[in-house]
Amino acid sequence: MIDFKQKTGRVSLPDFGNFGVMLRILLGANFLAFGMALARSAGSGAEAGPVSQYVDLSIKVQPLLILNILALALANGPISRLPLRAAQAAIVLFAAFSSALLRIPFSFMEIDSGPYPLISSALLAGGVAGTLLYYFELRALAFSPAVSEARLQALTARIRPHFLFNSLNAVLSLIRTEPERAEQALEELAELFRVMMRDHRELLPLADEIALCGQYLDLEKLRLGERLVVVWEIPEILPDIKVPQLMMQPLLENAIYYGIEPLSDGGIVRIRLIPKDNEICIELSNPHTGANSPCKTHMIAQEGNHMAIANIRERLALHYDLEARLETEVRPDNAGDEYRVRIVLPCRSPTQ
Amino acid sequence: MNPTPPLSVMIVDDEAPARARLRALLSGIADEMPNTVAAEAANGKLAMDALEANPVDVLLVDIRMPKMGGIELARHLLQCEKPPAVIFVTAYDTHAVEAFELNAIDYLVKPVRAQRLLAALQKIPRPTEADGAFSESAAQVLSALQGEARAYLSCHERGRMLLIPVNEILYLKADLKYVTARTTQREYLLDESLTRLEQEFSERFIRLHRSVLVAREAVAGFEKNTTDETDTQWYALLRGVPEKLPVSRRQWPLVKSYAKNLTS
Repeated sequence: MIDFKQKTGRVSLPDFGNFGVMLRILLGANFLAFGMALARSAGSGAEAGPVSQYVDLSIKVQPLLILNILALALANGPISRLPLRAAQAAIVLFAAFSSALLRIPFSFMEIDSGPYPLISSALLAGGVAGTLLYYFELRALAFSPAVSEARLQALTARIRPHFLFNSLNAVLSLIRTEPERAEQALEELAELFRVMMRDHRELLPLADEIALCGQYLDLEKLRLGERLVVVWEIPEILPDIKVPQLMMQPLLENAIYYGIEPLSDGGIVRIRLIPKDNEICIELSNPHTGANSPCKTHMIAQEGNHMAIANIRERLALHYDLEARLETEVRPDNAGDEYRVRIVLPCRSPTQ
Repeated sequence: MNPTPPLSVMIVDDEAPARARLRALLSGIADEMPNTVAAEAANGKLAMDALEANPVDVLLVDIRMPKMGGIELARHLLQCEKPPAVIFVTAYDTHAVEAFELNAIDYLVKPVRAQRLLAALQKIPRPTEADGAFSESAAQVLSALQGEARAYLSCHERGRMLLIPVNEILYLKADLKYVTARTTQREYLLDESLTRLEQEFSERFIRLHRSVLVAREAVAGFEKNTTDETDTQWYALLRGVPEKLPVSRRQWPLVKSYAKNLTS
């Protein structure tokens, strides 16, 4: 429980290096500026409309915003190591100070500024920064495990009971005839459950997730035998990044449940990892069985699969905001349609 | 002493280790319950094929299998004259297990324990005790449980049971007492109602006429009867067979809108 509180505290400061966060700051500040413009135009009678007021404000606001966003992105690492409240105070102070500083050239040119232009602009910028930080904190809280612990648990720690009992059954069948293989299978099963029961909010090296997938597929091979063919197309040296736990394994589980098990002759599950410039593309494919099933099975299968996809998409959004994406497609192929799931991740690990 | 012949058992499961496990358990309880594993099958369809050559007393049937699952297999078996006993073996399916409990359908959960298997085999009713009422209710429970359309329809012909893959059926036509299923090769007589079939296979078949359901993918096109100017009659043309099926005036708007989607 104590562990819990510390985590929430850590989650609260947004990752300023993240494009999505930058976009939110930009939009949020402009939204507040527009609100201010509306208030001003209402207060000053018909002197100037809200749009021209906003344009007026923009000239001062935009450079300030860009300066602050850049500064935050550069200082992201050190800031995230500060205690939460201290970091927030530092950001508010920086916004206020930089606003006053930028105001100096304007105050020379301007005639209609208030009695204390420097102080009022510093207060305004500080207020906007405070409001945005408060928004980010609320947002982090809304997504934080402390609030939606049950939901996150439901999202991640799901292994199909179907898989567990079938695997145990397969192991039991091996104990007398192939005790060594049974031993190995139980070890793999234990390893899988260790990960399932771990704290899911932490990130794991990609290599660990790949190894886990390998163990999982090994167990499935035990049950399915020759029906399951796994093709790995991954580079010898894996990119050194951290990823959300159990990001790929549930997708493989789906690939087998919906793609391989309904086929009496089985099929191929392909795992492809393609590093690009500053992104990593992970692609999983399996036979699309919806096409050859006669009726409703197809629809039910799709639903179950969509749920898992939505779960992982939500978790990716939680960790990477807009920088990661998950796409699915059905590719028509001569040998039968192929179902593909593609995850694109940024090369840098998200800060935690 | 009247020595009873050993119980002949068929194991139906798509996973080889699961079959091996049941075989081991059966040989383990052979002292208490003499038995022989007469056959093994990897799915429901293969089990039906194997039964033809090799009738057995009891089938141990997994529920989730490719091609034909356990529930559908049991439904077809109930159509047999002397249906063998079926014991479902399932890894995890609370929904099915509840239904089995309520309706006294026997089942085992994986991993199966020897004692449970023995108890289930001992409970099997003697063939003479099989009464119609039970199989009637069982048929209903199973059809409700399957929740999805069958992959095959069964048909009796000269004492044999034939399985017709639903995706080979071009159309279903009701004549007086029977429903005929037409494939590219031949016709089969079914003992089912067209209305039920329409409900079950609504995704695959479309109604052309009060007494005709056609497979959507079998429709090649439509043709207007030009002999009579005042009363236009549309016909559906089919792939693979020369017959033309009349489309009723009432169904035409629906069929036409479907045909439009087909071409666009």
